[in-house]
Amino acid sequence: MTAPLLEVEDLRVTFSTRRGLVEAVRGIRFGLAPGETLGIVGESGSGKSVTAFAITHLLDAAGRISGGHIRYRGQDITRASARSLRRDHGAAISMIFQNPRAALNPIRTVGLQIADALRAKVDLSAREARDRALALLKDVLIRDPERRLDAYPHELSGGMCQRVMIAMAIASEPDLLIADEPTTGLDVTTQKTVMDLLAGITAQRGMATILITHDLGLAATYCDRVVVMEQGRIVEAAAPLQLFESPAHPYTRRLVAASPNRHSRIEDLVVGQDDSPSAGHVATSLGPRRQLPAAKPGDPPLLEVQQLVKRFDGATAVNGVSFQMARGESLGLVGESGSGKSTLSRLICRLIDASDGQIIFDGQPFGSVPARDFHRSPLRKDVQIVFQDPHDSLNPRFTAADCIAHPLRRLMGLTDRKAIRAAVEDCAVKVGLPLDLLERFPHQLSGGQKARVGIARAIACQPRLLILDEPTAALDVSVQAVILQLLDRLRREESLSFVFVSHDLNVVRMMCERTIVLRNGEIVESGPSNQVFTAPTSDYTRTLLAAIPAIDGARGAASRVAVGSGA
Amino acid sequence: MSTATLNHIGWVLRGNLLTGVAAAGVGLLCLLAIIGPSIVPYDPVVSDVSQALRPPSAAHWAGTDQLGRDVFSRTVVAARLDLMIAASAVALSFGVGAVIGSFCGYVGGWLDRAVGRFVDVLMAFPLFVLAMAMVAALGNRVENIVIATAFINLPFYIRFARAEVNVRRNLGWVEAARACGDSHLKVVLSFLLPNVLPAMAVQVSLNLGWAVLNAAGLSFIGLGVQAPTPEWGIMVAEGARFISTGNWWLVVCPGIALMVTVLFFNLLGDGLRDILDPRMRT
Repeated sequence: MTAPLLEVEDLRVTFSTRRGLVEAVRGIRFGLAPGETLGIVGESGSGKSVTAFAITHLLDAAGRISGGHIRYRGQDITRASARSLRRDHGAAISMIFQNPRAALNPIRTVGLQIADALRAKVDLSAREARDRALALLKDVLIRDPERRLDAYPHELSGGMCQRVMIAMAIASEPDLLIADEPTTGLDVTTQKTVMDLLAGITAQRGMATILITHDLGLAATYCDRVVVMEQGRIVEAAAPLQLFESPAHPYTRRLVAASPNRHSRIEDLVVGQDDSPSAGHVATSLGPRRQLPAAKPGDPPLLEVQQLVKRFDGATAVNGVSFQMARGESLGLVGESGSGKSTLSRLICRLIDASDGQIIFDGQPFGSVPARDFHRSPLRKDVQIVFQDPHDSLNPRFTAADCIAHPLRRLMGLTDRKAIRAAVEDCAVKVGLPLDLLERFPHQLSGGQKARVGIARAIACQPRLLILDEPTAALDVSVQAVILQLLDRLRREESLSFVFVSHDLNVVRMMCERTIVLRNGEIVESGPSNQVFTAPTSDYTRTLLAAIPAIDGARGAASRVAVGSGA
Repeated sequence: MSTATLNHIGWVLRGNLLTGVAAAGVGLLCLLAIIGPSIVPYDPVVSDVSQALRPPSAAHWAGTDQLGRDVFSRTVVAARLDLMIAASAVALSFGVGAVIGSFCGYVGGWLDRAVGRFVDVLMAFPLFVLAMAMVAALGNRVENIVIATAFINLPFYIRFARAEVNVRRNLGWVEAARACGDSHLKVVLSFLLPNVLPAMAVQVSLNLGWAVLNAAGLSFIGLGVQAPTPEWGIMVAEGARFISTGNWWLVVCPGIALMVTVLFFNLLGDGLRDILDPRMRT
């Protein structure tokens, strides 16, 4: 083995907070050979990003390296100043960040920004810098690079912004590239092209890469070696295949089980001991999947959508969508950003008015009342919604109990404090929310707890149709696993029907009997989930399915030359 | 007030000594405004020409004015009137501005544009001159000072509330409130407005100091409060005539009172921002 490019030894990072010192990284050790790709996998709070910031000296003022060493090419850079680092190593370590659009300066063209990155290392004339920037844009396979050079970040898509970030990161020809969640927030097909590009470029230039991600599939597909971090410690380090096929540490086992793959079932997502109070309940209630109540002939479908159209200022978000769903059914809506799935869910929930078309709920025309007055409709409590970001969906000035009580007061007309309290506690028990958390405000709850509050609020009025708009997109996978099980159980116990909106196809496959694939506001494909996922009829669905990084995906990123033009 | 809230306030005050000082100072000012008239050593309006224009002494801490009235007593008694004008003016513009601004931010469209242009027009005027004109037109009375001061503050509250509501109107909890059966009106009044109030409280504190200055300024040029009512603006105006003859103490005491009041309110505003931000509370 060659001499390591980077050695991290017993690294400790401490943050001083008002609660005293908090150790975010507690003595981790790893090495990185030149050209190697290392994955750091972990959930939020595991210290994976802090590790990257410590290596690149980007820790914010409250954090400092309290112990251990970081060696770069054998030289200790633990406490080196940014200036001496630049003098000795140039911009030897580059970093790309999670949200590419936020990391780019919105008022400078991307060409100038790449030029800035180039000129940080060597003196270049404006002309030379521009030529080099153009060459870099060509390297990252942006379509129409001459024109993009003078584009502002807001004129580019998320995938293109990330390509620009990669161009800037490789501008200084670093030996080490740290990518911190580089594709989070990008669509799955964009994620694949960006990751393929990144893998191709680093392989071509012999750059070492540290890929920080919460997505095990991504790490398995693109890394030579993976370390798993939990609460500031490395719990396991191995080659991806070994790690994910026979995980040794209990935490890794939990993580692998919780990551949905194309074979996983809801009941397999949580292994071993789960500390949530509903765990026992879940375990006992997971019998064979209940049969759907057989629809009597002549019974109207629960929901019927006919030729639904929604236009916003000329742009058509939903274009002639029609479908039916039966009582007790769970219907998945999948699609990438801009597919109209969120707009569709708000139309069905009657939060916004359709431009054209019909919604019929339980045989009654549903769209005749404008959305402005729908809050007075007796059907309001029959259709409820769970929102994407559990943090954003709770009023910061309401306690958890207030949030759950709100629909009870408004839609069920409950006024008696005791009755409300009893109903709130009942809901909390159903969603597995400990009763002593009810008096807390949203910012005092964890993401999973907030998600439970949002679900409790939505089921408080015993709706018949529950719309789930990416209910787990903002959650860690282990929390997602628990919430998915909870939803599946609630559906059976409360005889709910689901419209399940998600970009995660594996989740939809597990949760829904039937799936609709949307693209640009139109239905591309629909059918029983198993059929859509195993034998898709449309090319678009096939592309979507192929883009999902799988844990058991064979490694081969280096050989996989990035193809295709700008995402 | 729960213990958690008190703990949080205690933490902010400990971390920021100035806020503590400012809060204590504002408290002291309010106390003076309430009990001032009953504790001052001299009647603020009774003149005693034999004692006219005496420099500060043990008997008259801040000296006496041209009619022999005790400057210190007059300054203390004036606190009530000045603070009352400022508080009612700010309360008025805060209440009206927050409601108008919230609706503009939530509804958007033509309402937002119309109100926005009106605010632009209002802000294009020199605000103090506008207040002068209003008081002159409406009549020289205390309530008209309040109305004028409130009116010229209105644009800031409308814009502030509009911006704060605008960034929140598409958040999940606003949509959730609609799904829970609330009308648009109710969403604005009982969901969005309470959420923007903390941020506006900072503005209120900063504005109180400014309103005190504004009221004193109007009185200084002879509008609004009239002599012999003790009021900082009039006292400075009257005292200014005697500076050239060396009787500097007439303006020093009310001048310092004005300056300290404005300073305290401004410092408190900064501290309030930290206290009222629920995200800072854990």
